[in-house]
Amino acid sequence: MTNRLLNAENLRAAYRTPDGKQVFAVDDISVYINEGEVLGVAGESGSGKSTLGAILSLTTRPPLYVESGTLEIDGKRQELGERSKIPRTWRGSVVSLLPQGAMNSISPTQRVRDLVFDVMRAHDRSIKRDEALDRARDRLKSLDLPVRVLDSYPHQLSGGMKQRTVTIISTLLNPRLLIADEPTSALDVSSQKALIDMLLQMLEQKIMSGVVFITHDLPVLRTVSDRIAIMYAGKIVEVGDAEEITERPRHPYAAALLSAVLVPEPRYREMRVFGIPGSPPNLLNPPSGCRFHPRCGVSYPECETEAPPHVGDELRFSKCFWAKKHPGESVPLKAVTSDRLEEADPIGHDPRPAESEQHDDMDGPAPAGRAEGREVSTGGVSA
Amino acid sequence: MSDDVLVATGVSKTFGHGKNAVEAVKDVSFALAENEVVTVVGESGSGKSTLARMVLGLMPITSGTLTFRGNDVSKMNARGRTEYWKDVQAVFQDPFSAFNQFFTVRRLLARSSRLLDDKVGAERLEEALGHVGFPNPADVLDRFPHELSGGQRQRVMIARALMMRPKLLVADEATSMLDASLRVNVLNVLTDLRKELGMTVLFITHDIGQACYVADRVLVMENGVMVEQGRAEDVIFNPQHEYTRRLLADVPKLHESMNDDSPSRAAASPVPAAPAGASPAGAHVEF
Repeated sequence: MTNRLLNAENLRAAYRTPDGKQVFAVDDISVYINEGEVLGVAGESGSGKSTLGAILSLTTRPPLYVESGTLEIDGKRQELGERSKIPRTWRGSVVSLLPQGAMNSISPTQRVRDLVFDVMRAHDRSIKRDEALDRARDRLKSLDLPVRVLDSYPHQLSGGMKQRTVTIISTLLNPRLLIADEPTSALDVSSQKALIDMLLQMLEQKIMSGVVFITHDLPVLRTVSDRIAIMYAGKIVEVGDAEEITERPRHPYAAALLSAVLVPEPRYREMRVFGIPGSPPNLLNPPSGCRFHPRCGVSYPECETEAPPHVGDELRFSKCFWAKKHPGESVPLKAVTSDRLEEADPIGHDPRPAESEQHDDMDGPAPAGRAEGREVSTGGVSA
Repeated sequence: MSDDVLVATGVSKTFGHGKNAVEAVKDVSFALAENEVVTVVGESGSGKSTLARMVLGLMPITSGTLTFRGNDVSKMNARGRTEYWKDVQAVFQDPFSAFNQFFTVRRLLARSSRLLDDKVGAERLEEALGHVGFPNPADVLDRFPHELSGGQRQRVMIARALMMRPKLLVADEATSMLDASLRVNVLNVLTDLRKELGMTVLFITHDIGQACYVADRVLVMENGVMVEQGRAEDVIFNPQHEYTRRLLADVPKLHESMNDDSPSRAAASPVPAAPAGASPAGAHVEF
């Protein structure tokens, strides 16, 4: 019998615009995680994955406000909302966030050990420098990493090493749940693999009890996750075991998204892959009913008016009329993808929301690209 | 060979001097045949983009020669380079910074068409926008960049390059910043145009999945050295060089589980993944 680690229910959070409007980037989402589990969260830019990460890690900051929801970790319950007081001790020791671009957060003029001490002292005023460093040293040893990184400056470490170091620092307080937001996006494949192996090793050693792994990179999620949740326009449209989702997606959006992922497998040499017609909705004014219905080739009349049914239990489900009416069938991809460009990416009156609000909520492939030049290791030349 | 569009022989690039010298590209030789999509893959810092810049004439070559249809293009003057750019065009990675945000698409494209006669320019503009899925140029011409999605901006950038009817198109990580669904659309445009316009495409990427989808041939770079080149099937599914093998083993697969993806995931061992080509387990999504 596995224990439940996280019950997060009915989360709603909105970005408030200066003219008083609310953009619900996460709209009534419930997330459940069992002990020892990695939950992958995938979706396109602007689907709300990073916002979900911010809510779960209790790090929402204006203009993002949590409107409602409850968070229950290890039986300890916390009401979320504008006025709720979250004990400071929760951040870092109950939930910890590994934010996007975390590897650039080590101060370039300080050694890694100074950051370690800073982080530890922020949670325990009385901690001695040696105690803090001993703890970090033990942690590095237990994960077979060189202890010398503590005495290094960040420019002396490669991108992959920096990211692993920051990951270790963010889990020094043994958080119950780690939220990792695009941790592998700016890394090359070999460093990605090293980081994933390390995260799984930490889970094995029970340094933390669960991970929420947020990325747009589905092949990475397939490798690291037990279950994968697919987000679209602020909703979770489908959750299931990693293999189930990648091999037999039930939701038309999940199926279309997965079909567009390119990986080096022989069949991609032969076939033509298509994109999803239409653009994601503007969340200021999301479509009624199922939010995917304007782009969905298998929609029914009720998709436009009614909220899609919940097919499955709380750990594995899809929210879709089609999935309910066609149990066991695979999604007809021809109907949900398109090869015609003017259809696949039409010029609308609304440009895609995500890309215009890129400032501090950078999402999707953007950081990967941005960071690439910076990420070059000790050589110092970005080629 | 006569139908090689571009031939690079022993091309090197060194930045800095003396003990600070960094060899970003070392003695690289390759040829691009007409109508071919060639992908350069490699990790960050392997010299892929430096190579692209040299091919584009944006950066002088330290040593070696680069010939484009028989002419040496490594030592061009400014006028020669302008002529060269009528044949060789580029699309870069970041569709967000490649636009002047205060210019409409029309103004942006008008600037590029200065390489052409006025009359030809207007014709080509419509034609080029048609190629990238804007059958109604008016839809897009009077828009500002913020009114377009990332994929649309990248398509405008491709149209800009196509206006010159280039013989060679260099795409440097042109699809890396796009979402998966938009990415395949842009890749489809590139491969279709190659057939329609008889264009050669040099596609630079760190993503082997994309290389596998579009490439006829693949060149692999590591630390400035071209360690392997050959037909895409051979390089990706039967790599010879140690580095390529390691790179491919680390690429996460979607439909084939990796060796260490066993029930005890955490016991991750450094064993390389199953060779690509093994039949995937379980049923597939229907295509």
